[in-house]
Amino acid sequence: MGYVPNPSRVVREMLEFMGLQGRDDLFADIPTGLKLNRDLNLEAPRSEQELRQELGRLAARNTTVDDRPCFLGAGAYDHYIPAVVEQMLLRSEFYTAYTPYQPEISQGILQAIFEYQTMICNLTAMAVANASMYDGGSALAEACSLACDVTRRSRVLVPDTVNPSYLEVARTYAAGGKMDVVVVPGKDGIADSAAIASLIDDQTAAVVVQNPNFYGNLETGLPAIERAIHSRKGLLVMAVDPISLGLLKPPGSWGADIAVGEGQSLGNPLNFGGPYLGFFAASEKLMRKVPGRLVGQTVDLDGRRAFVLTLQAREQHIRREKASSNICSNEALCALAAAIYLSVVGRDGLKEIAARCHQLACYAKNELQRAGLNLKYPQPFFREFAVAIGDPTAANRALLDQGIIGGYELDGGLLLAFTEKRSRAEIDRLVSVLGGIDNE
Amino acid sequence: MSKLIFEKSVPGARAFALPSCNVPEPGELPDSFLRQEDALLPEVSEVEVVRHYTELSQRSYGVDNGFYPLGSCTMKYNPKIDEWAARLPGFANIHPYQVEETVQGALELMFDLEEMLREITGMDRFTLQPAAGAHGEMTGVMIIKAYHNHRQDLHRTKMIVPDSAHGTNPATAHMAGFEVIEVKSNERGLVDIDDLRSLMSDQVAGLMLTNPNTLGLFEEEIQGIAEVVHAAGGLLYYDGANANAIMGVARPGDMGFDVCHLNLHKTFGTPHGGGGPGSGPIGVKAFLADFLPVPVVVKRDGRFALDYDLPLSIGKVQSFYGNFGVMVKAYAYIKALGASGILEACENAVLNANYIRTRLRGHYDIPYDRLCKHEFVASATKQKKEHGVSALDVAKSLIDYGYHPPTIYFPLIAEEAMMIEPTETETRERLDDFVEAMLAIARDAVEHPEQVKDAPRKAVIRRVDETGAARNPVLKWTP
Repeated sequence: MGYVPNPSRVVREMLEFMGLQGRDDLFADIPTGLKLNRDLNLEAPRSEQELRQELGRLAARNTTVDDRPCFLGAGAYDHYIPAVVEQMLLRSEFYTAYTPYQPEISQGILQAIFEYQTMICNLTAMAVANASMYDGGSALAEACSLACDVTRRSRVLVPDTVNPSYLEVARTYAAGGKMDVVVVPGKDGIADSAAIASLIDDQTAAVVVQNPNFYGNLETGLPAIERAIHSRKGLLVMAVDPISLGLLKPPGSWGADIAVGEGQSLGNPLNFGGPYLGFFAASEKLMRKVPGRLVGQTVDLDGRRAFVLTLQAREQHIRREKASSNICSNEALCALAAAIYLSVVGRDGLKEIAARCHQLACYAKNELQRAGLNLKYPQPFFREFAVAIGDPTAANRALLDQGIIGGYELDGGLLLAFTEKRSRAEIDRLVSVLGGIDNE
Repeated sequence: MSKLIFEKSVPGARAFALPSCNVPEPGELPDSFLRQEDALLPEVSEVEVVRHYTELSQRSYGVDNGFYPLGSCTMKYNPKIDEWAARLPGFANIHPYQVEETVQGALELMFDLEEMLREITGMDRFTLQPAAGAHGEMTGVMIIKAYHNHRQDLHRTKMIVPDSAHGTNPATAHMAGFEVIEVKSNERGLVDIDDLRSLMSDQVAGLMLTNPNTLGLFEEEIQGIAEVVHAAGGLLYYDGANANAIMGVARPGDMGFDVCHLNLHKTFGTPHGGGGPGSGPIGVKAFLADFLPVPVVVKRDGRFALDYDLPLSIGKVQSFYGNFGVMVKAYAYIKALGASGILEACENAVLNANYIRTRLRGHYDIPYDRLCKHEFVASATKQKKEHGVSALDVAKSLIDYGYHPPTIYFPLIAEEAMMIEPTETETRERLDDFVEAMLAIARDAVEHPEQVKDAPRKAVIRRVDETGAARNPVLKWTP
């Protein structure tokens, strides 16, 4: 089943029109010795009907969060996605378009991105936001390299309470040689603000703080870290959970210079890890250094409001090796999903969702404690926390046997996430399984 | 003019309600962590949200709307069954950290996709982790760096990039910490192999090359190029942006490339989403497999697993395993086509490009007017010189004729460039209509140049003030 629309008769006529004998002539410029000269070794073409059956079978071999309540988080969350989001994303004018280079023919997408940028700015209380990055991890890595670039310093301090995947991505980016990622051990599940303060020097470009952090805990040392890094003229980079910003103080109010995060929670399915979107916001001062696409408002020749990709002098297609990043394609459709999601849940809805997640997490904590289990870390948390468990792998197995997708396995603990999709009954089942296992 | 969603806000309006709550907990967040002011988000009813985004979609233009000859972007038709597949709950609603036994179908799909990409490219191993082409480039160049470093070959600080390269190539090399050295193109639009020879040294880590290149021309001396680069200890990187032009006919792995990326969102039919998500898998020859990002998908005793045990790995480039949803679509696409369909797609992409090139001859300058691959560069130099009508003006006029414009002013080595890539999924009738529009614009350039310079007139807006947008940036709405 191919998608070439010209019947072979037409193909022949087109070849004749060009004076070519056959299709092989189209590849006369490829040296014979380089040609494959055989069929690719692929399975026979499938009809759509066969494809549907096969893909359906493959998909059915996965256990979904629809089949089993999911308490996994650790950077990807099972939030409810309103039907409007999915329906609007199926508008193929959106999903079959390219990057909106031509503003006259792309006003809809440009306006949607402009609205998305506004929503991210308002959520994070930052001055500018770009049109999206690949995901939370790459957004953090780009934030760190931007910090090194603008401060002309090379060291970035990252507490080990930051999502370990983000940390790994930042380390990979650091192989470019312009930044040095220094991991600072945390204490009791939060960053060790005293240790961080003592490490900050004139070569420190930035400190990264994730709030709530990877373990779900609130970083209570944030004000001290902010003072320490700013007193040495470095930058505060924050990674935040966009759902939490319905309730929690935004990075702009903490004094962050750059705020990034994983936007998947905003209307994007779990998708086995992607596509997701990284959001990236910064202070006004950094506007002309921000990586990636930016949409700006302007006017057309008749003075009508219009939107256009702007400040492109930062970007690879103009600046080549001097660009602020090599990013070209981003995650536009996922950013659109986020914008539609935020439009649907709205100002009150996001607050209510955040409050519900937190309430359910508090309920779970109380019930787990009642069942004799303890928190791994004695910290305030938002919607995710670690419960101390001797053998988390065995615990997860027991949960799966009972039809529950358990948590993220930590050394001596299970990290559990609670979204508004979880019910009291599901939490009670979770507690009853975890409370019943032998936990030395 | 479309109002912004914020301007449609009505205090108290809503499109969302939570299920009822039956937990008593009031919450325990410390006051100092609470937000003082609500985030300013829209307050809009469901019907108005739907109308808003429907209206925005109508002010956008995708492949489903019409011909999209955007050079270098491979805007082919995106099969609907692929969209259906990616939305199957068994693919969309699985968490990346679920235990492996609960995601065997997903891992099998990734494993099989890798195998198909290996066959199509002639590379030995793949990672599916990079989220886009440029992300793949970065991954590939980091692998090259890790390889040299591992061999204690620490002085290879330069990366060679042709002057016709995509901007992402030099930007990527710079991000990876290389000094970018440009190799010239010769009068035939191909890499000047003598210039390349003169640039090679034991300080060169590699050459990044697109083949066919951005002029749509096959680098006929690729074997010689590979020899020159390898003889000096460098590695050869294949930018797969143009892989649609050779798939099924020739393979980067057989041309001497050591690392290659593919754009699943160009070559393998997955939609561009208005700027993403894409997917930029990286293939490597066996001697580089140890440097791939972790995890890789492996098959052990009939079960699929994620293997993190690669001590020489460059690390992770994305938080999880890549844009899985895009992989599902590419998998479905390749399965649908099979070997014959892949070849047919490639042949027709090349046929369509040459057909338009042949038909435009004499009406527009064609700087390298010979057999091209999936795209070619036409030029408005004649129109510019004789009538003051530029490539930009031609592009904007095409909008009035109902087409998405081609890529313009790229590659940088051609003047007034219009890079036209029709792809294989266009009928001859559409190509003819497009050519007629181009010819009409060429006539208009002679007869009514002012009209062409004023285009578009039929779009929802006229040309925009880009300078003003950059000088006084307004990047968000304020009440």
